[in-house]
Amino acid sequence: MAEFLTLESAIAANVHDGDVVALEGFTHLIPFAAGHEIIRQRRRDLTLVRLTPDLICDQLIGAGCARKLIFSWGGNPGVGSLHRFRDAVENGWPRSLDLDEHTHAGLANRFVAGAAGLPFAVLRAYAGTDVRAANSTIANVTCPFTGEVLAAVAAIRPDITIIHAQQADRAGNVRLWGITGVQKESVLAATRSIVTVEEIVDNFSDDRNAVVLPSWTVTAIAHVPGGCYPSYAAGYSERDNDYYEAWEDLSRDRAVFEDWLERRVYERGSA
Amino acid sequence: MKRAFTTDEIMTIAASRELIGARSCFVGIGLPSIAANLARSLHSPGLVLVYESGTIGAKPTRLPLSIGDGELARTADIVVSVPEIFNYWLQPGRIDVGMLSGAQVDCFANLNTTVIGSYEHPKVRLPGAGGAPEIATACPRTIIVMRQSKRTFVAHLDFLTTVGFGVGAGSRASLGMPGAGPSVLISDLGMFRPDPETFEMILTSLHPGVSVVDVRNATGWDLKVSGELIETAEPTDEELDYVRRLNFGTSAEATN
Repeated sequence: MAEFLTLESAIAANVHDGDVVALEGFTHLIPFAAGHEIIRQRRRDLTLVRLTPDLICDQLIGAGCARKLIFSWGGNPGVGSLHRFRDAVENGWPRSLDLDEHTHAGLANRFVAGAAGLPFAVLRAYAGTDVRAANSTIANVTCPFTGEVLAAVAAIRPDITIIHAQQADRAGNVRLWGITGVQKESVLAATRSIVTVEEIVDNFSDDRNAVVLPSWTVTAIAHVPGGCYPSYAAGYSERDNDYYEAWEDLSRDRAVFEDWLERRVYERGSA
Repeated sequence: MKRAFTTDEIMTIAASRELIGARSCFVGIGLPSIAANLARSLHSPGLVLVYESGTIGAKPTRLPLSIGDGELARTADIVVSVPEIFNYWLQPGRIDVGMLSGAQVDCFANLNTTVIGSYEHPKVRLPGAGGAPEIATACPRTIIVMRQSKRTFVAHLDFLTTVGFGVGAGSRASLGMPGAGPSVLISDLGMFRPDPETFEMILTSLHPGVSVVDVRNATGWDLKVSGELIETAEPTDEELDYVRRLNFGTSAEATN
């Protein structure tokens, strides 16, 4: 059953140096507060997994928490580059970063295989691309029924998946809606999971077919209203597009970024 | 008097015209999103816009900054998960047209969105693949929109992220790619369509005021020109009004 913890305790108990850590939420419901808590607790040598690393991984990479990134599109959506990610890949600052890169469909299916308890997933993808050639977690597989050659992608099973959701009930069941990305698959694929939530409610209203993760599939829940800012939680907040645009200048320069890190992450207490 | 227009405007308007008659379009952010939203506002009100965030039938009133903006979900007919959008909707070829962009394109309309320089030690690390490779595989046809220069229209890609026509005739079939591939490549200078025999992209239309020499000077390969070269129709007042109303300046090209 999910345990209700503070965010600080949930991260301290469940995220360890060297872990494979998935932080999911496709533009919507990105668990920023949890990412900042990982930075504050100075975790190191993490393998981060996210389809779209977004600002959250840019911040974790710039803070020196990651040694590897498994991803499928590493940009600042609609704005441009992730400069901390680029600095790590291009210049090895603050340390070098190994890459395991996929397409969205490929990485989503790696989570699907992990959630399904299968060793790999199958899709029609990667043929003829250098993405295929650059990556050891992609292979060809021949359909035993039709003979078609398809791509196999290795299952991914994170040590821990962290997501943000709109609601938990008092029994620890989790509900999220709107753009649901790959959250359900990434939690079910992981050994442990932390969910930060906007609100804890007595009972879920049953008027929509939203994703529900039963309490027994979740390790810890932390009540963190606004924990996905500057992304958003449908029904609770709007995406702060200005923040995403401001990140372009804020993240470009190492010193400016480190000043931001000091003031906005280290000097702030846990939520 | 004719109204002035920018090269980005004619490129976007030309791309939106290519969506006339399409039922559905899988849309990337940046230039493709502008063109697809223009098409839906202007001449294809029933066009189903599909974003990789899982929003199907999105009807944004202003240009989204990201593919996951709240307005896309609020206005969509349905919202599905990321595995579902790729596995159930894109992969079987249910989405008619894919609209793509890139940092580099070659003469067979293959795209690079991954690195400039070597993969191991890139000069510029770009965002990577996203949804483009599967869009290019599965959609019955694709449209490519990107600004043209010798840096972007290159003889050899630094990295092949997304297959257009591979190495030419027969490539897509041998790679098991069901879609027909790029029907058109649209730049800020002109339009290029595949030669029916070789599948090399050849110049078929010049935007108003642009010469063949201009296009050659901005192309890194030995460009072939169609025997039936035409001029792209000038933007109508209505097209220009709509493209400007779409808040043209807000959405930077995601691949920078």
